[in-house]
Amino acid sequence: MLEAPAIAALTILVLALFVGVEVISKVPPLLHTPLMSGSNAVSGITVVGAILLAGSENNPLATWLGFAAVVFATVNVVGGFLVTNRMLAMFKKNPKSDK
Amino acid sequence: MSTTLIQFAYLVASVLFILGLRNLSSPRTASMGNQMAAMGMLIAIVATLLVQGVVDYPVVIAGLVVGSLIGAIAATRIQMTDMPQMVALLNGFGGAASVLVAGAEVSSRITAGDEPSGIVPGAIVASVLIGGLTLTGSLIAFAKLQELMRGAPIQYPAQQYVNALIGLVTLGTCVALAMAPLDLQLFAILTALALLLGILLVIPIGGADMPVVIALLNSYSGLAACATGFVLDNSALVISGSLVGASGLILTKIMCDAMNRSLGNVLFGAFGAQSATVSVAGDGADQGTATAYTPIDAAVIFSNARSVIVVPGYGMAVAQAQHAVRELTDTLAANGMEVNFAIHPVAGRMPGHMNVLLAEADVPYERLVEMDEINPRFPETDVVLVLGANDVVNPAAREDESSPIYGMPVLEVDRAQHVFVIKRSMNPGFAGIQNPLFFKENTMMIFGDAKKVVIELNDAVKNY
Repeated sequence: MLEAPAIAALTILVLALFVGVEVISKVPPLLHTPLMSGSNAVSGITVVGAILLAGSENNPLATWLGFAAVVFATVNVVGGFLVTNRMLAMFKKNPKSDK
Repeated sequence: MSTTLIQFAYLVASVLFILGLRNLSSPRTASMGNQMAAMGMLIAIVATLLVQGVVDYPVVIAGLVVGSLIGAIAATRIQMTDMPQMVALLNGFGGAASVLVAGAEVSSRITAGDEPSGIVPGAIVASVLIGGLTLTGSLIAFAKLQELMRGAPIQYPAQQYVNALIGLVTLGTCVALAMAPLDLQLFAILTALALLLGILLVIPIGGADMPVVIALLNSYSGLAACATGFVLDNSALVISGSLVGASGLILTKIMCDAMNRSLGNVLFGAFGAQSATVSVAGDGADQGTATAYTPIDAAVIFSNARSVIVVPGYGMAVAQAQHAVRELTDTLAANGMEVNFAIHPVAGRMPGHMNVLLAEADVPYERLVEMDEINPRFPETDVVLVLGANDVVNPAAREDESSPIYGMPVLEVDRAQHVFVIKRSMNPGFAGIQNPLFFKENTMMIFGDAKKVVIELNDAVKNY
């Protein structure tokens, strides 16, 4: 049998999947590329786990694996959010057609 | 910082991620949404840095600085045409991070003598498997998009059997690692197998199907983060990972529907592709003759038009014609015409790519209309301008049951009064399928480089 924390995490997983489907279905095709790069940045949340492992007192192997994970995940976070920001800034309204 | 406070920070971060994604539902709020998600990430990172167990700051800070520099440079330098490659790489990095975190956790538990129980061994296996194949699969997708390797499917004899065999060996290793999660050797073997599997799964997929592959790998990178969340019992990872997983799956489904193909057909369809292309190569020769026109002829037609729809394809981006197209549509709009763009879901090389390319050329987004919305408008449209698009405007998808693309949703441009198709030559497109649109009575072909023709067309309309 699974212990309580695992059940709690599974519950969160299932509910988050439903929220994800609801929220993402409302994103128009117009913004699907920024959605992909932006969600990529969000999946860089692995950086949190990486920091915990790289930063705590650990054996050298764990520290170095953690360090590499911090680098990769940070590229995801910073690159993802910045490039999304750059793209979204380009979506402008037609100044003449303010109906 | 107490554990409760950190959990609370993660909750705030998760809410900001969800609100951020929700704000992506409109281009007006999208920028703010992205900033909210970034703020959530900042909160999560700062809270984690304050965890009591985190003591080795130089290592962590060095990692954050190096990663930030690489990410910032890539994000500011990347061309919009190359966005699919960027997203492919980011997917891969997400996968890599998951494998590395799982590895670090296993190594740390070995030192502490802390045997994982419950769901954790399974989560370790999932992190390594999904993360590993996301990494190499994304690198192959990147190489195909960047044309470092040829886009055509790579096939070899008994490929299915080789893949099935490696799949079985991988499955066995997964079970073994789940039963002995602290065996570093098994961990390394599974990592190697997952990396190999990622390569084998993506090389037989053709370049034209890369949008589906990127969307699917996007989903995988989220699922890998989710699995890592179970390894570390961290709800922030579970929530964000499943949001991204859901997002990628939805985009994958949209892409498959737009091509009228099942996901299985995209992933494994290349094996049967050869026979399909051979059977269509023969016909099309007796369809009649297409007539070539000049930009001057087109200007005459444009002078009487009230409404114009432009249908851009990736050919337009290859010719770097976006800015010339925007200038032409500005001229037409200044002459009192209603100008819109019809965007097929698979226009461009990743979901939504064409919209970004046109937005970059300062085309206002309300002129970018999606397929379902614009299809009913074609019969009342005077002129359609098809630019570097082919299969997505092919009427055979509606009319010819023997066509390999029959059933695929297409832009019904042939219902308009006049259709101009700008094309380099009569060669059938990438898929090798003949397009009856070119031979219709109301279709006029203008041959030449898209950018050159559009500039000439703009001059001709101005001087008419």
